[in-house]
Amino acid sequence: MSDINQAGSAEEHQAPGALVEWEQRVAGYGGEPPFVEEPEYGSPIVLALKDAAIAAGIAAALFLFFIGFRTDINLGGLELTTRWQAFGISIVAVFVGRLAFRMLFWGSRQKGGRSLATRAIESRKGTPLSEHFARHSGKVGAFALAAAIVYPIVILWAFPLKDKQFIDLGILVLTYIMLGWGLNIVVGLAGLLDLGYVAFYAVGAYSFALFAQYFDVGFWFALPVAGLLAACWGIILGFPVLRLRGDYLAIVTLAFGEIIRIVLLNWYTFTGGPDGISGIPDPTFFGLAFARGDDNLPGLLGLKYDSAYKQAYFFYIILLLAMITNFVTMRLRKLPLGRAWEALREDEIACRSLGINTTNTKLTAFAIGAMFGGFAGSFFATRQGFISPESFTFMESALILAIVVLGGLGSQMGVVIASIVMIGGFELFRDLAEYRMLIFGLLMVIIMVWRPRGLIATRDPSAILKQRQSISADMVAQGEGH
Amino acid sequence: MSPASAKPAAPSPTPADATHRWEVDPVLTVEHLTMRFGGLVAVDDLSFNVGRGDITALIGPNGAGKTTVFNCVTGFYKPTEGRIVMRHGRDGGDEAVRKLTESGEPWARTDAGGIFLLERMPDFRISKEAKVARTFQNIRLFSGMTVLENLLIAQHNVLMAASGFTIGGIFNLPGFRAARQAAIDKAVYWLEHTRLIDQADIPAGGLPYGAQRRLEIARAMCTEPHLLCLDEPAAGLNPRETSELNELLEFIRTEEGTSVLLIEHDMGVVMEISDHVVVLDYGEKISDGSAERVRNDPSVIAAYLGVEDEEVAEAEAEAAAAAARAAKAPAEESGDRP
Amino acid sequence: MAIARERRRGIVKRTMEYFVQQLINGVTLGSIYGLIAIGYTMVYGIIGMINFAHGDIFMVGSFIALTVFMIMLALGVTALPLILLIVLIVAMIFTSAWGWTVERIAYRPLRGSFRLAPLITAIGMSIVLQNFVQLTQGARVKPLPPQIQGGITLMQGNTDTGAIVVQLSYMQIIIIATTVVLMAAFSTLIAKTELGRAQRACEQDAKMASLLGVNVDRTISLTFVMGAALAAVAGVMFLLYYGVIDFYIGFVAGVKAFTAAVLGGIGSLPGAMLGGLAIGLIETFWSGYFSVEYKDVAAFSILAITLIFLPSGLLGKPEVEKV
Repeated sequence: MSDINQAGSAEEHQAPGALVEWEQRVAGYGGEPPFVEEPEYGSPIVLALKDAAIAAGIAAALFLFFIGFRTDINLGGLELTTRWQAFGISIVAVFVGRLAFRMLFWGSRQKGGRSLATRAIESRKGTPLSEHFARHSGKVGAFALAAAIVYPIVILWAFPLKDKQFIDLGILVLTYIMLGWGLNIVVGLAGLLDLGYVAFYAVGAYSFALFAQYFDVGFWFALPVAGLLAACWGIILGFPVLRLRGDYLAIVTLAFGEIIRIVLLNWYTFTGGPDGISGIPDPTFFGLAFARGDDNLPGLLGLKYDSAYKQAYFFYIILLLAMITNFVTMRLRKLPLGRAWEALREDEIACRSLGINTTNTKLTAFAIGAMFGGFAGSFFATRQGFISPESFTFMESALILAIVVLGGLGSQMGVVIASIVMIGGFELFRDLAEYRMLIFGLLMVIIMVWRPRGLIATRDPSAILKQRQSISADMVAQGEGH
Repeated sequence: MSPASAKPAAPSPTPADATHRWEVDPVLTVEHLTMRFGGLVAVDDLSFNVGRGDITALIGPNGAGKTTVFNCVTGFYKPTEGRIVMRHGRDGGDEAVRKLTESGEPWARTDAGGIFLLERMPDFRISKEAKVARTFQNIRLFSGMTVLENLLIAQHNVLMAASGFTIGGIFNLPGFRAARQAAIDKAVYWLEHTRLIDQADIPAGGLPYGAQRRLEIARAMCTEPHLLCLDEPAAGLNPRETSELNELLEFIRTEEGTSVLLIEHDMGVVMEISDHVVVLDYGEKISDGSAERVRNDPSVIAAYLGVEDEEVAEAEAEAAAAAARAAKAPAEESGDRP
Repeated sequence: MAIARERRRGIVKRTMEYFVQQLINGVTLGSIYGLIAIGYTMVYGIIGMINFAHGDIFMVGSFIALTVFMIMLALGVTALPLILLIVLIVAMIFTSAWGWTVERIAYRPLRGSFRLAPLITAIGMSIVLQNFVQLTQGARVKPLPPQIQGGITLMQGNTDTGAIVVQLSYMQIIIIATTVVLMAAFSTLIAKTELGRAQRACEQDAKMASLLGVNVDRTISLTFVMGAALAAVAGVMFLLYYGVIDFYIGFVAGVKAFTAAVLGGIGSLPGAMLGGLAIGLIETFWSGYFSVEYKDVAAFSILAITLIFLPSGLLGKPEVEKV
């Protein structure tokens, strides 16, 4: 009896149930039979030209009132100017661009015309990046950490003139990595869509700033307090709203983020309103400050004062905080709590049938995610020395969420890569000042269309019996609200 | 026997005397259960017992309200009216239940176990405290997580306590390490009994359908239930898988001492393994008794007859086939072996 | 002086006239929110995603309206009703093109994919639209002198500090009337036409609709086009009513309108309108009686409270949990 079964199950493995289901799902969405798109007939070049001409026509409609005309404020009121040349160039650019795109991707379109299905299959079969990372995640992580540790030293040594700028960039990237990791707990692991994460960042930043202002406390004392306060806010917010589903949760968290910002903006007597809070103290190193003078740390070490040293110190603080976030998250994933988060993302009803208190589980995810946001906020306050509500807009929440999703939900390494690409890239294009936000937005769209599951799209199991196998993202659910 | 399970050994599979176990020692008592959705009465004044150590089948035509009863028992729906009592020990007499009902508390621990009023408990507590586990009609596995992880999640509450609500777990204290090993051992035990041990590290969503059904049962068993509720466990299984399922349920009942309540359309399964069958139609109980008695009950035949001619023929054919299969089963098993 | 003004405001606030005036203003604002909210709710209904770029489509609509207005003036057209009609039609058509393109570029390739992906592309498109407009039209606010002035005096009351007048301006009449007409037209469209039927079919089950021969892609595109057209109308109204626009108005209006859609019960057309009115009224009354600064806090708080007690919004279908 048993060998029959063995043989049977081995056969069945050739076509796992989920694969079949997945194929059906893909087939279902493409508007496939009985409704079928009319196939295109004719020579490829004519078709491509026609396609490009249509694209150019649409571009003309889109750009007419934006590039073709421009309104400006002048002495006598609004003034209308025309820019036909720019308009013409933009249309030609679209035509050429579309033609080139069509030529490049002609092959894949010919194969069956179902662009979605082909793309999905390609992404499933050919995930070299994901696979590679999954296989070597330990090594890659260690290498990345080593690179981060030597980064300020290399910068100080190699770019003495631009050192501050580069270290600053490193700090910025690390801050977003930490925020991304914090949000990853909520969105990536527990599958709760939080559009107001920046609120906890703000709570952390303002906690430290206000503590410093009113009670004159230092960074290292305020840091845990700020984290705890943010966690409390996470619970206060979470308690009433966590029973909301999906997109309702998203909008309420968004609303909460805005409420916090508006309150900070208008409670002038307490928070300084739009003027913000300045003079936030720097962190000390076991009581020693990074300042000019022989009594301070650079002086004691016999170094000449250089403000880049302080930057380097900031860099190491945020590196430490980020690594704590990472360590705790990685540990939690292998603990019952973290596993319950992931189970919650997969199927909440099944969780309840197994005796898991889903409300508490969600609350812990919210609170712990918020806590790391609070830590990052405190750090932000001390690094800037000045904070105002302007730093905590919805855009910031959206950016952090984008980093998590682009990196690949639940993937720690994905967050690192996405942060470096998005934030690093963004800062590198500083010279393109006006265009860079536009490019940033387009990049978000392109990466997402290219890899809907994010850059690292495999899940690493939290417990192994015999052999580690990473799990393709197609199997993994994205939780409610996704 | 599962290493951590400390349940009393199963009573002998068949009662010695004529009294039925569900009458003298019920593990679950459903009393006057009514469930209304707006104007629709899905379950109407339903009462039945599930005997300790029995396999009880809940059958009836489509839309008879079987799954609704399940959802009421497992807390996913709050019943409009009625009482659902779960007893862990035999001493939970009527007097104790009455006292508990009057006290307003959802449950009380007694020397022999405890009494639980399920209609007062939220779903997750029913699994956690009253030890009622369930599976779902449309399988609900954590499909992006491995088979092993699925079974570890089922032991969440035990592990959570052992990890000192995560604090101890972060520092990997020895107590937690031991509990984790015990949890893995128990998972392995159930993987072996559901023949999934070779697939322990693949995602649950990648398993074939029949294996997914088995995994869902294994996962429910990892919560160490006193009562296992199975919603159409044989749906979509081929005959070989169905007979395997029967063996598994038999094992769960005799070796683990877990009572089983199942909804099933496959009359072969029902007639072969059930000690007790409850028949529903339009939310009302129309028959209740041993498989033999129910099969010959005119009102049951009428209920199936009343639906549609085809279905009756189907049901009859199924019943006949089941009887034949039941009679032939041991012979077949040995004969099939190459 | 300041104290006297404060006192006068206090007295004015207690009059019936003040209340009625706030009510009129609130309904006007609510109509604009409602028009935008319909776009959110239709898109959510049909593909279950939050179209974050919709607020920016509204902004694009108001910019197109402004430019067309300037072109009309430059061409020497003086008949105001004619100008308004042309502005409205042109804005609707060209904004629809934007709505269609956004769907085509950012959402269609992700259809059937994971639900967070289109949310991120939506945020990306929102950034693109804002910065495209900022880049091509400049970052400064654009004022348009009031085009439609005057109104009907409904009530006139006297307090001991002076007279108080309740006015229903012609602009407000136009906004409310347009909204009512469009709402009626769209409700008929959804209820009676082939397109509406296809739309409702896709809402229920896109796969099945496709199997039964509905062109799902086209239906979804048309939904975006319709949403964009309504947002364009809202954009025109906003431009005429407030007289200033900039590239950032889409975000605030979008968040409010989305809040309105959720409050009304997302997926429900009358719900979107009702939610829009509710948010408009809450904001106006809060600003009128308490503080302008916290009007958004009031709107968001009421949203949160409503959802806690009515998890599917005011008119949304209550969700039955399937086990």
